Parts: sequence; C-alpha cells; structure tokens
Amino acid sequence: MRKYFDEIERIVGNVVTVRATGVGYGELALIHTAQGTSYAQVIRLDGPRVSLQIFAGSQGVSNRDRIEFLHRPMQIPFSDALLGRVLDGSGRPRDGRVDLSGKPIAIGTPPVNPVRRRLPDKMIHTGIPMIDVFNSLVESQKLPIFSVPGEPYNELLARIGLQADADIIILGGMGLRHDDYLKFRRTFEEGGVLGRTIMFIHTAADPVVECLMVPDLCLAVGEQFALQGKRVLVLLTDMTAFSDALKEISIIMEQIPSNRGYPGDLYTQLARRYEKAVDLEGAGSLTVLAVVTMPGDDVTHPVPDNTGYITEGQFYLRNGRIEPFGSLSRLKQRVNGKTRDDHRAIMDGCIQLYALCRESREKRDMGFEMSEWDRKLLKYGELFEQRIMDLAVNIPLFEALDRCWKILAECFEPAETGIRRSLIDKYWPKPRLTTEVREPALAAGS
Amino acid sequence: MASTVAEQVTPAGDNVVRGKVIGVFGNLVTAETSGRVVQNSVGYCVRSDGVRMMSEVIRVRGNEVDLQVFEETGGLRVGDEVEFRPEMLSAVLAPGLLGRIYDGLQNPLPELADLVGYFLRPGVYLHAVSLTQPWAFTPRVKAGDVVEAGETLGTVPEGIFSHHIMVPFAWEGPFTVKKIAPAGEYTVNQEIAVLVGADGVERSVTMQQRWPVKRPLNVSRRRLLPSEPLVTRVRIIDTLFPILRGGTYCIPGPFGAGKTVLQQITSRYAEIDIVIIAACGERAGEVVETLREFPELIDPRTGRSLMERTIIICNTSAMPVAAREASVYTAATLGEYYRQMGLDVLLLVDSTSRWAQAMREISGRLEEIPGEEAFPAYLESRIAAFYERAGVIELKDGRKGSLTIGGTVSPAGGNFEEPVTQATLKVVGAFHGLSRARAEARRFPSIDPLDSWSQYHGIIDPKVIARIRRLLVQGHEVRQMMTVVGEEGISVQDFTVMLKADFVDNCYLQQNAFDPVDAATPAERQKFVFAKVVEVVDTDFNFADKSEARRKMVEITDLFRNWNYAPWDSQEFQDYLKQIDHFIATKGRG
Repeated sequence: MRKYFDEIERIVGNVVTVRATGVGYGELALIHTAQGTSYAQVIRLDGPRVSLQIFAGSQGVSNRDRIEFLHRPMQIPFSDALLGRVLDGSGRPRDGRVDLSGKPIAIGTPPVNPVRRRLPDKMIHTGIPMIDVFNSLVESQKLPIFSVPGEPYNELLARIGLQADADIIILGGMGLRHDDYLKFRRTFEEGGVLGRTIMFIHTAADPVVECLMVPDLCLAVGEQFALQGKRVLVLLTDMTAFSDALKEISIIMEQIPSNRGYPGDLYTQLARRYEKAVDLEGAGSLTVLAVVTMPGDDVTHPVPDNTGYITEGQFYLRNGRIEPFGSLSRLKQRVNGKTRDDHRAIMDGCIQLYALCRESREKRDMGFEMSEWDRKLLKYGELFEQRIMDLAVNIPLFEALDRCWKILAECFEPAETGIRRSLIDKYWPKPRLTTEVREPALAAGS
Repeated sequence: MASTVAEQVTPAGDNVVRGKVIGVFGNLVTAETSGRVVQNSVGYCVRSDGVRMMSEVIRVRGNEVDLQVFEETGGLRVGDEVEFRPEMLSAVLAPGLLGRIYDGLQNPLPELADLVGYFLRPGVYLHAVSLTQPWAFTPRVKAGDVVEAGETLGTVPEGIFSHHIMVPFAWEGPFTVKKIAPAGEYTVNQEIAVLVGADGVERSVTMQQRWPVKRPLNVSRRRLLPSEPLVTRVRIIDTLFPILRGGTYCIPGPFGAGKTVLQQITSRYAEIDIVIIAACGERAGEVVETLREFPELIDPRTGRSLMERTIIICNTSAMPVAAREASVYTAATLGEYYRQMGLDVLLLVDSTSRWAQAMREISGRLEEIPGEEAFPAYLESRIAAFYERAGVIELKDGRKGSLTIGGTVSPAGGNFEEPVTQATLKVVGAFHGLSRARAEARRFPSIDPLDSWSQYHGIIDPKVIARIRRLLVQGHEVRQMMTVVGEEGISVQDFTVMLKADFVDNCYLQQNAFDPVDAATPAERQKFVFAKVVEVVDTDFNFADKSEARRKMVEITDLFRNWNYAPWDSQEFQDYLKQIDHFIATKGRG
C-alpha cells in the first residue's frame, strides 16, 4: 500500500517542507508534480514537519503535490553493466540506453575502519615529470588540482586518467559545461578506455541538488569495485561547484554561515567524500583526483583551503604548468625512496635551486646587477622550465631524473647543488668530473 | 556519582529515564522527556531496527533535550525512543590501554574491525580493554592500612611500566583496607581489594575505573612549575624554541607546511615515557602510517617497540563529528591517568582546529549566537581549559608526573589572526609557527625562526640563543634591504651577516626527516654541533669580497650538512669535524 503526504507547508529554494509521520532522517522520497516525478531526500525532521531537498528543483512544485516516502536511503543498482555507462546526478541513464539493473547499494556508506587501511606504497606513473619526479602520485591518494578558471585542468585530469593504468575510471562531473563532458568522452573514447569508464555527469544546466549527489554516487560505485579487488580511479570536476551547491542548500536551511557564506561543516562534508580514497587490506584501492577551481586564484578561499587540509597534497596548475611551489604530494615519501637512490635528492635539490632562481629573477626584474651566481641560476631556471616543467614533456621517471642531472651539470659545480657527495659521485654526468677535482678545500685532509 | 565509578556498562536498567525523538537535524537530535536528565550525561537514541546510537546531552530546555549523537543519524525517526543515563561520558582506566588504537569514544578499532569488517558500524561499542586477559598483580598495601583516592593499592607490569592500581579517583576517603588480594593473576573485573569508608560501607575495588572525560583528573599534593626540558630531538625546537615536561605548545600552520610530519617525528623521538596521539578530524592515512610503523620501530631508550609506549585516539575527518569533539578529552583523560602513576606523558593533538570546528558545527545546529567566524562564544574558554589539563604534579607519595600537551592548529587560509590560533596563543608556553614560504622552499621543519617563541628554558644558554636569534633577524633585514638596493648596495660585512644567518638556517635549523641520522638529534649532539655553529658565526672571516664570502660559506655549509648525515661518534663524524675545525682555524683559507 502506498502512502502519500500532501500537506506541503513551505517551498523555499529547492527545499520543501511537508507534514508527515514515520519518516527516517536521510531517507529518500518521490515527489509527484505536474512536471513529473523527482527524487527528494529528507534533510531535517522537526516534530511533524519533514524538510526535503528536491533533486529536480522545486520549480513547478505546488503546495498540493504528493510526496511518497521510500523508507530507504539513496541507492544505485550495482553491477559490471555500469561500465561504459553515462548517468546523471540521480543515477538515471543519460546515454539513452536501458535502465540500470543490479544489486542496489547505498550511497554515503560509513567510513572505513582505519585499521583496515593498507599503507599506500604503489606509485602511479603518469609520464609527467612534475608529478613523477617532484610529487609522485600514489595509489589510494586523494589529490586535488588547484586551478584558476581557464587553465587546462580538465585536459590534465583526462590525461592522468588515461595514463594512470587503473582498472576502472569513474568520472564525476559537477556543474560541467556540456562541451567539457563531450571532450572527456572523446578523450576516453580515443584512448580506448570507455569500456572501463563510468560517468556521472551533472551539467551546469541540471538541478543543483543532483550536483550534490555526484561525488557520493561515484564513490559508492568505486568503493564496491575496490571491494572486489579493482584499482579504481575517481576523477571529480569541479569540487568548487559541489561546495557552492552545499552553500546554497545550507543557506536555504537558514544555517549560520561560517566563512564567505559556506556552511560550518564544509570541512566535514568534503572530508567525508575525500576520505573514501583507500587502499583496502586484502582488496583493491580507490584513488581520488579532483579539480578545485580557485575563485580569483585565491588559495585561502574556503573551498581550496578546506580541501588542502583534507587531501594528501595538491597540484597547482598555473600558466599551463604544474607549479613546483605549493604543489605537494604527501604520499610521495612512501614511494620515492624505492625508485632510485637519487630520486629524493633530485627532487629537493632542483626545487631549492629553482626557488633561488626565482629570487634572482626578481632581482633582475628590478634592474639589479646580476652576480655570477645569479646568472647560473637564471640559466638553470630556463632549462628547467623548458625540459622538465612543460606539460608537453612526457617521459618515464628514470629518464626525467637523468635529464635533471644533465641540467644541473650544465649550470652548476657539484657543491653548489647542495646534493650530498655520495650521490654526486654516482650520478653527476661524467665529462665534468675533471673540473670537480679542483674544487678547493673539499679534498680531505688539506 | 561515587557509586557509579567502578561500574560496567550495563543494559538499560531502572536508573534509566526514557524519552522520544521529536526532531533530527544532522547529528543533533531533540528529544522530549518528563524525567530527570543530567547535562553532559550519556543518552542512547534507539533506531527502529534496534541500533542504539550513543549521544551526549548538550542542552536542556524544559522537557526538550538536545543531544549530539556520536553516529550518523540516518534512519532515525520522530517517535523513536531515547534512553537517558545518569553517568557522564567516561573513559575506562585500567591496565591494557597502552599500545591500543581507539576511536574518540574509546572503542578499540582493531577489535571492531574483527567484529564488523572493513566499515565502521553505528551502534557497535566494545569495552576499551580486554576483560579476559590476566594481569600479574602485586599488592602494595596490607589489610588495616588507610588509603585515599589515587593512592596505589598494588601494581601490575604493563610492558616496560609498572602500572599502578589506584583507589578510584572519585571516591572521597579516607578508607581502611579491609581486604587486599594476594599476589597473583587477575582480570580487570576481578575484585582486588575491599575498602571501608568512615560511613562503614564496604566498597569493592577492581583494576578498572571510569572517569568523566570532560573533568580534569588531578589527584595530587600540588602542582609544580614545569622545569625539565622535553627533548624532541628536533634541533630548532630543542635549541631555539624548547618545550618543557608538563608544558604546553602549539603548532599552527597552513596546510602543506608539515604539521603532521612534525607531530609524527615528535611522537617517535621525544624523550618521554608515554605518547598519546589524538588524531582529531585529520586524515585516516596518517594514522595508518603511525599504527603500521610504530610496532616495527624500536625505541632506543627501552629496546622495545614504540607502540608499547603509545596510545592512539583516532577520530579521523570522515568519522562522526561529535565523537571528534569527545576524542581530545578522552585522550587527555588517558594522559592524566598515566600521569597519576608518576610517568611523563606527551599528548599530541592533531588538530585542535578540527575539534573547534566540531564545536562550531554543533553550536550552529543549536542556533546559538555565533562569535567570530561563527565559532561559539565559549571557544576561548574551552581551549584554555583544555591546555590547563597539562602540568607537572607532585603525587601524594612525593613522586612526580607530568602531562605535556602539544596541539596543531590549522588556521583557515593559513592566517594566524583567526580565532582558534589566537585563543591558543594566549594559553600555551611555546609557539612553533609554521610558514608556507619556508615549506615551499623545502626548508624543513618549516618552523619560522623569526615568528616563533618559547617562554621556556631549554638545553642551551638563553644568552647564546638570543645572540643567534638576533643574527637571524639581522640576516633577514639585510635580505629585505637587498631587495631594495640590490646586492651591490650592501657592504661585505652586511652580506656576511646574511650568509651567516643562512648558514645557521641551512645547517642547523633545517633537518632532513627522512635521513636515518639527521631525522633525530639527541641533546648531547645538539649541544656539540650548536657550539660549532656558534663558533663559525663568531669567526671574523674578513672576506675580501661578496663572491669570496658566498663561495666560502657554501663550502662550510656543505661540510656541516654532510656532518649532520654522519652517525654520532663515527669515523666519518670525526673526519668532517676535523675539516670544519681546519676551516674555522684558517678562516676558510686553508
């Protein structure tokens, strides 16, 4: 027997308040309107009043429409048949193909018990030296790409998705332009990975509540595949759109905003999603790469700021390059000690020198005289940008390390690099060794 | 109060007041009851499928009671039952706490995983310590002795420590020992003593007791002023910005500045008896690192696994937010408990901002009038009261114990002007401010030597410290000046000052956390190397020009860096020392 409630008291924003009984917090409902039927989710119980957010938006909802409670949380049918599909933020097909079938799984599941997490230790090779050498990506990592609008962040995301060799790729698009969705599709098609890709797409034209569901859908499905032993890569773009959707709902709910209108639980909301990234003991893994656009290139904006505290590092995309300053992979130390013994030294040394180069450039730009040391740094900066930082560079890790040594040798004397002696002896390109001997005072016992 | 202290968690009994859910909003549940309800007591919201979700009473208005639920409230309905219990949210204190991994409510996570698998499940609560493990008890008192709360009745060995079984802290004495168990093996639930109070009532004592986590635990003769340095083996801390046993310090820093790595290093190398790590609202991955690696790491001072001196309270960011708020108190209570045994305990909280945010979330749902950045008005007093739980105490038998609290702060936007950082700075004894600029230049630990401070005296003469700090400030000023007038506008002397400041920074203040030797510098080595650093600083090199100055300082920097990587008292160490001495003696012209 179906039970309907139609005493709708309030319609504000995308939230509808109805008088109803026997309703569970967080459960799913259907609202039947003249426009059709939409999903809705319970977001507050207050005595006899139940507030719901309407997935399709409240446009066209009347105060006499009927609401049917489903007495279950939001679910999605799960099976291998999901592969290759494109769905929307309510989990309905967007690709004109048949409806989904499979075992329904709940979305927004409880967190993994920390003691059942494996220590991540598998490097994901991307062929991008700014990632592989300087900020290695690790399986099960959660990492955002911080970017100002206009940077090629979606291209970078797609490229990492293609080259990362995951078993399953899940793309979650939030507030995506339709063109961008088509581009992703084309890239995955051309890369031949469409058959192991699932896309949940919310475009800018879709209702805002559906935007909120996209990460949960992606992560719930990804988690199931990971439990089956698959290595899953979840790509989310753009989490700032997701956060803005949160802001919209929370303001409608008359929550006191904490910072620039965002709700006080923004950190918790984001963390609940990002923390789904996991390497499961005895099963697969889930890696999350997310785009976070920074309004006004401001990293202290609440969305990038809260994200940075949650994720295991971040890539800054600026001027079409991954910036070495600020970009960070917190998990890199877990893998870069096992690649080659010079990996860490090159990583630190090259960046320290590049930081010095930046200072020299500032001096130069202000018209100051350049010392011999400044000129070395300037030369180094040029070479480093051309041969390593350029996003077009696509070479494996060891080749990138060798390339770094070569650049150092072209610009500096060994002791100037600050790299420890034992590594210099092993990797410093040979032809320069003759000049090395004449380094004063370093010879023992002089 | 007193009678409940040694009780077990029992299913709902007669002393339980019942109510009904009338509202749910996030983790805030409003219930209606006509019975007696105690502020901050424990309640259970019972979902229609029988799941009992632990909660805490946080507001009472007439018959309406607001509870923060320590679980996700999904599925809870209006009309569901709520049980109110008389006791406060309490921690179990007993042998067997060391080496364990708990959530914010003291649920043992590994045991939980064995029971319910990969995912946490709402409403499943396990006892904090094993009820079946026997402990070898040795009595310290005999029948007829008079004892008071906190006094030792006997001991059991727990790892390398002698775990004191004490008269329950909440009992008001004195008591006469009527019966004490003979030496032998007992579980935490077995009676080990019977005490008789002035009222003639007999009270049974077991090896476990409970203590309400939000009430400071301090049963002592008096509080003492902290005076002993706590050596962390991080040079910039021990030398420039020391902390003391029983003191407090904070580490604010923007994300990516290395707060957590610094906390991990400290938890590993700090010269202290017990370390309690409260991972509060931070990444689960980092906790996993600690809990996988610590059992493998040997504490050089004891020869035993580091895990044996560690307790991890882990309420990571994805775990329920109300339990996050409780987790720092649970951690502090366990720290105070071991302090009562005369041990030195270090509590590391990462991060106090997440705890403050948990307060903010709940305060927002309660629709309290917000303070700055929507934090509740009581933010400052809560932070102050928390750090006040640190301290050195003199126990009734004259032994001393200490609890040191170090908290990280994650200021929004890396801006130290925000409420949590400012409230914390008012109450701590040392401030280790991390700088994004230093982190980006890969200068680790990224503690800013110009901004940070400590009110404590450490292992180095403060006069020397003051001199070196002055040099660092001067070096910074010269650098600033140089950006205006250029290198050519600076005298060789000023230029040398700047280079010497850089030298101190590069060779001493920075430390490579991933090098087996450089990662941790014991006090003895710090004193030795620092004296050498000061020698270099005090040498008048009389450089002919800037390029000579730069070349020579690069040279000595290189020597010191390699020296830092050489094991203490190795031949390599001596060789570099010889080269350094030669360099100083010849003013770099040897």
